[in-house]
Amino acid sequence: MTDPMIAIHALEKSYGIYKALHAVSLDVAPGEFFSLLGPSGCGKTTLLRSIAGFETPSAGDIRIDGESVIGKAPNQRPTNMVFQNYAIFPHLSVAENVAYGLKRLKLSPSEEKRRVSEALDQVRLGSYGERRAQQLSGGQRQRVALARALVLRPKVLLLDEPLSALDKKLREEMQVELRALQRAVGITFVLVTHDQYEALALSDRIAVMFAGRVAQIATPKEIYQHPQSREVAAFLGGMNFLSGRILNETATSLSVEAGRFGTVAATKPAGFTRTGETTALGIRPERLRILWEPQDTPHQITGTVVDRDYFGETTHLRIRAEGLDEPLSVIETNSFGADDLPRGATVQLAYDPEAFVALAD
Amino acid sequence: MKGTPFLFKGGWLTLYIVLILSFLYLPIALIPLFSFNNAAAVAFPLSGFTLRWYDALWGNKEMLRAALNSLLVGIIVACLSTLLGILAARALTRYRFPGKRAATAFLSAPLFLPEIIVAVSLLTIILSVGLTPSLVAVALGQTIFCLPYSMSVLVAGFEGMDRSLEEASRDLGETAAGTFRRVTLPLVAPAIVSSLIVSFTVSLDEFILAFFLAGTEPTLPVYIWGQLRFAAKLPSVLALGSLMLLASILLITLAESVRRRAERRLEQQVLL
Repeated sequence: MTDPMIAIHALEKSYGIYKALHAVSLDVAPGEFFSLLGPSGCGKTTLLRSIAGFETPSAGDIRIDGESVIGKAPNQRPTNMVFQNYAIFPHLSVAENVAYGLKRLKLSPSEEKRRVSEALDQVRLGSYGERRAQQLSGGQRQRVALARALVLRPKVLLLDEPLSALDKKLREEMQVELRALQRAVGITFVLVTHDQYEALALSDRIAVMFAGRVAQIATPKEIYQHPQSREVAAFLGGMNFLSGRILNETATSLSVEAGRFGTVAATKPAGFTRTGETTALGIRPERLRILWEPQDTPHQITGTVVDRDYFGETTHLRIRAEGLDEPLSVIETNSFGADDLPRGATVQLAYDPEAFVALAD
Repeated sequence: MKGTPFLFKGGWLTLYIVLILSFLYLPIALIPLFSFNNAAAVAFPLSGFTLRWYDALWGNKEMLRAALNSLLVGIIVACLSTLLGILAARALTRYRFPGKRAATAFLSAPLFLPEIIVAVSLLTIILSVGLTPSLVAVALGQTIFCLPYSMSVLVAGFEGMDRSLEEASRDLGETAAGTFRRVTLPLVAPAIVSSLIVSFTVSLDEFILAFFLAGTEPTLPVYIWGQLRFAAKLPSVLALGSLMLLASILLITLAESVRRRAERRLEQQVLL
């Protein structure tokens, strides 16, 4: 691996007796789109603000491009930030906002103008230079904030929930744009978000945080498919939790006797340690399929529809199966008529016996 | 809840309000009225329109000197109280520190202090350390009483300003001092202007401290007090009073409109 762009080592932050960060260590590679994901109060924003220099860590080290930034003021760090509310200077025009940080570099007026218009073009605000912040929509403000930070060509761009103030449609558009922008400029991005879909869609890697600790760092696919704990699994979407008796263990998987589901092969996530004879298991709702035609496969169970929620392209069903305490969550696309299933209907659910994941408690 | 229809339904309430407002403002309205009255005696019936009392003011060297003194003191007080107000408002809105509530209370307390007691104690101190009463003493004394006004205007200004704007400036490479100059000052400028005007106005009208501490250099209110002994000078005093009234109204209107403009700007900012 190349040297990390950001290396955080055993970072701690306490506010009085409250500990916001517990020995957080993580590396971010150059050019990586890295997300800090977690519920509010998990410490992700504190971590981001520590990288930016707005919080002083109680212990530990932060290195950016090999150089420790502990004790350096925000203006001495090679990072720039996009704030949650964008923090556009209301007394300046869009172009003046973008030029704000350039003033310090003492560029020639023509060079400064060129960099400003280049940055505005980059975020597709080329013709908005003369406008005031009050005349901009939320999406445009965000672009100004991006241009204002990127024009300084930082080593790291920090984004504090940049999409949370936008409505759903705009948010999805901006996600696509943000990703494209990051690829175009090649700068390391660190994004803070509480929206798992945003993190999954945008990131190269995600760090999931709970209560001031990093629970797991992995690629979106890895973290979704092989969460290391119940908490991570539940935070990244629906999950059916089961338990089973361990029959056999190999380096990468467990063979588990899982009640009605029979003997299944559960993936062992990295760092999994067996704690006894039994283990928690999870299977994602979309991994359970309704069988519309009878099929001769041993990997099916019978259940009754308890409840369903219609989501347009999909229907989320709750299906009670014999021998299970909790109804199973099932997500079906509406191509085959899942939206027409009445409550009380009896259905056959098929599953891939390899789609299970073992979970540490 | 709509207040207006209820107000007029009662009839009695309307009458009450008219009475209260008359009691408050009619006597004041009499001052400009008699200042244009062509008679040395301040009494009805009015005997005709004249500008001669105003005319007489221009030739009155003593009065002009007092006006100059007031202007000087007002400017010193406005600057001093606004400067201290900025420091206090910034500390109170940006930092958490032990004794913050007490500090707020003590800084606002002069609003409720009996002015005459403060005047007497200041005079005692000045005399006991061997200084003589002077306009500087007046300005310092008045600053104590103007600071709460300045502070309340400025605290509102600083509170309305989003803190992340200052952080954004630091993040974009600006130093703390540069941030104050390029972001904080322009954004609280309306509050600063407002504070300057309000404290100048308070100083302009202030009498007790000026009376005790001014020594041989009277300010306008002290000069007016002195003139009241001479019945013949009364119409002239009324003319002077009318001008001061006008100045006060204009200044306060200006301060208020500056403040409201700033408020609107900050509202838009919050709405995003």
